[in-house]
Amino acid sequence: MRHDGDVSTAPAPAEVDRPEGVVLTQVPWVTVVWNDPVNLMSYVSWVFRTYFGHSARKANKLMMQVHEEGRAVVSDGSREEMERDVEAMHGYGLWATLEKATA
Amino acid sequence: MTTGFSRSRGGGAHAHFEDVEARMLASMAAQVVELLRDGAASPAVRGDDADPLASVVGLGADAPLPRPDDPVLARLLPDAYRDDEAEASDFRRYTEPGLRDQKAANAQALIASLTEGGAGEDAGSLVAAVGDMEGGAGGTSGVDVELDAAGVDVWLRCLTDVRLALGTRLGVAEDDENRWEQLSDEDPAKAMHDVYDWLGFVQETLLRALG
Repeated sequence: MRHDGDVSTAPAPAEVDRPEGVVLTQVPWVTVVWNDPVNLMSYVSWVFRTYFGHSARKANKLMMQVHEEGRAVVSDGSREEMERDVEAMHGYGLWATLEKATA
Repeated sequence: MTTGFSRSRGGGAHAHFEDVEARMLASMAAQVVELLRDGAASPAVRGDDADPLASVVGLGADAPLPRPDDPVLARLLPDAYRDDEAEASDFRRYTEPGLRDQKAANAQALIASLTEGGAGEDAGSLVAAVGDMEGGAGGTSGVDVELDAAGVDVWLRCLTDVRLALGTRLGVAEDDENRWEQLSDEDPAKAMHDVYDWLGFVQETLLRALG
């Protein structure tokens, strides 16, 4: 299990407003989408809008992060939830993996 | 040449393809189906040479699956765990048969929408289709494809799988356009890359038609 202490740069949890919907102790896994040379940028963005329900702006931002940085975390949650997201990404032809969230 | 997809009233999209283009699309989709069916690693999915003893002792559909040897299948069905072979293989055991079925069903639905639009039952071979394309020998009336929202989803996914298959076979890399432009017209890889590019064009027009 992951502890709050893993977030090395964060102040004590009591002192900080957490981003909405994020509960640190229950978010141990993430879904990562990797850059690939085949998929169209517009398609990757469409997948993020369609599957995650993101706005065009947020989907484009994530897509650009995949493209420019080689990877982007696209969702977080329980391991089971991330396995579901990864399976869905594979269904769309995106190259996705899941891993333990790191600080 | 087709001009690709345009938006339809009611949210779908439509396109007109020449007969050779429709045949080539159907042929590429059929090859994806074949690949997914032939390479089925799970005895339960494969059905033909399943070892009955293996399922009795628990090595059948319940056994972890290794990553497919074929690089195209490995790209269509990638590892879910990057640095943990055992976890990746366990994940496959639960997800791979379903993903294979889903991808094959998408490809068959794409073929069906071409057939409904007027394409012949005989999809023809890729080589013949490419030859026709280059020779400019068009068919007769062409094929009209009309997609609703579900059809759009199926086409986008299937075009992706076909492009992933072609791109993997060709060894497509980021920003490698020069490499393909320099190939001679006689090089089969050049023709294959032209098809790959064309599929990207069709997919882009479909995405644009969605607004």
